[in-house]
Amino acid sequence: MWVWLKESWPILWPTLAAIGVILAVVPLLGLYMTFIERKLAAYVQDRIGPNRVGPFGLLQAVADGIKIFLKEQVIPDHVYTTLYFLAPAMSLMTAMFALVVMPFGPVPTDYEGGFRFVVQPGNDIGILFMMAISSLSAYGIIVGGWASNNKYSIYGAIRSCAQFISYEIPLGLSIIGVIAITGSLNIEKIVEAQSGSILDWNVCWQPLALLIFFTAALAETNRLPFDLPECEQELVGGFHTEYSGIKFVLFFLAEYTHIVTVSFLTALLFFGGWHFPGLPNPTGGTTLGMILGLAVLLFKVSMVVLFIILLRWALPRFRFDQLMGLAWKGLIPMGLVHLVGVAIVLSLGLPKHLLILTAALPIAAAYYSSVKFNASMGRWNALESGVRKTSAVSYE
Amino acid sequence: MSNVKKEKTVKWGEEPKLSILDALYLPAIASGVATAIRHAVSGKATTRQYPEVEPEIPPNYRGVHRLNRDEEGRVKCVACYMCQTACPANCIEIIAAPAPKDDPHWKDRDKYPATFTIDELRCIYCGMCEEACPVDAIELTSIYDLTGLSRQEMIFDREKLLSVFDETVKSGKDPVRTHRGVLGPASETAATAKQAPPPPGRGRRG
Repeated sequence: MWVWLKESWPILWPTLAAIGVILAVVPLLGLYMTFIERKLAAYVQDRIGPNRVGPFGLLQAVADGIKIFLKEQVIPDHVYTTLYFLAPAMSLMTAMFALVVMPFGPVPTDYEGGFRFVVQPGNDIGILFMMAISSLSAYGIIVGGWASNNKYSIYGAIRSCAQFISYEIPLGLSIIGVIAITGSLNIEKIVEAQSGSILDWNVCWQPLALLIFFTAALAETNRLPFDLPECEQELVGGFHTEYSGIKFVLFFLAEYTHIVTVSFLTALLFFGGWHFPGLPNPTGGTTLGMILGLAVLLFKVSMVVLFIILLRWALPRFRFDQLMGLAWKGLIPMGLVHLVGVAIVLSLGLPKHLLILTAALPIAAAYYSSVKFNASMGRWNALESGVRKTSAVSYE
Repeated sequence: MSNVKKEKTVKWGEEPKLSILDALYLPAIASGVATAIRHAVSGKATTRQYPEVEPEIPPNYRGVHRLNRDEEGRVKCVACYMCQTACPANCIEIIAAPAPKDDPHWKDRDKYPATFTIDELRCIYCGMCEEACPVDAIELTSIYDLTGLSRQEMIFDREKLLSVFDETVKSGKDPVRTHRGVLGPASETAATAKQAPPPPGRGRRG
């Protein structure tokens, strides 16, 4: 046992260190994202936001954390106790599990020893694993809603179930383009493929994929404008109505972990990861290069996080049929056509930048839907006046 | 639509046509995000920073009660029970006592409140005690941030109500709407009642 540990230590310690970093940083990040969200919300609404605890209110997150840990554990009488306790744990576990293959800093593709910014480097099914695990997070919500034994919670759970099922498809379709042209499911290799100029970033030659991916990912995180499973105005709190204290925090943390995951994925898959034009390629392994790469990646990720938070205060919530319509009538057909485009480019050996033409697809769809809408409104208006006319005649 | 004869008195509205940009949603989303960013970076806060910047309370605000003192520093109240009777919330409790006649300090007074308690938690701050008082002894001040750690602490006795008076006079948060310091006719004894009434306005804003 001891000998085995001694032999495997050079492989073991970087993994343990990466797990430690994730376990330490994610809850802290979750706490501070609530602070950033409150602060940004305040600025958008011309307020100042939390500014009492510590300088600029920076310790507000810590105070919130202490307060919520010390809260009473309320267990309503009518819940299914086992599932009730299981659901938040499932929710957070699946959210954290997806981070196993996610590089949170530059990872050299030659996989030497030493600390690398990922728990399991070089996982050849990385992105597939991530998609699979993050789909599991629907279980936490559904079980939570079911265990609460309450009509609002179960409505929230049902909505989230439908939403997850619908938005998994465009999410998968959108990254197939990236995967097919890179030829690998390995996240590090996908990033490596974008290491050239800024034109090699995936966003520059398949913006449509980014649009679909980001929309679907936003729906997967249950964030506004897609937060129907927990919309306060309709469902009290949705699936977490009956949860308070530390169990609520686990749900909350899972949601913020999802946001972090989605932001990392957006930055890694579409915005070149830790690459930036003009900076040396950090995969050479120099310390300065690694630090620069880390800074670049974290900058991109924080930009995406800020954008996601900002979207919450810029957009109204979808109606549920609009939500379903967006997935099934908008994103999935566009994703399929995009996939056909990728297949054509790949099989005919055309330059991949031709794929930018797919960006015309939403415009065409918008044109089609505006024409259809105007035609139907014209029919409606004609019908309306016809009814009016006949009713006026009969009245006279 | 144009072939339908439109009545003059009816205002006809039609849904605006949906343009490509409207159907694309993205320009609308962009403008929404732009609005959010504009407000976020403007750095202006329209909210009042409360504990640092206090709101301007109008002088006729109905806040915590006080019991006024007369010119000689005695409690001005004559224990007539008018406020207790008028109070719709039954939060005032007075026990009257005859003024100590031997004491020269009290020689021109008949009656005074031995106890005067107001339950500030029960009070609905309607100001009817103030209206009922014949000698302007009870007043509502503009103190709005009354807090306490226990219910007992929120039941104000005579001394506490008099200390509210001292505080508000000192701090300039005086309601200044009554003849403070001057005894009204109801608090006069038979001897002082024969004297000429005080000139109008005397003692106002004193």
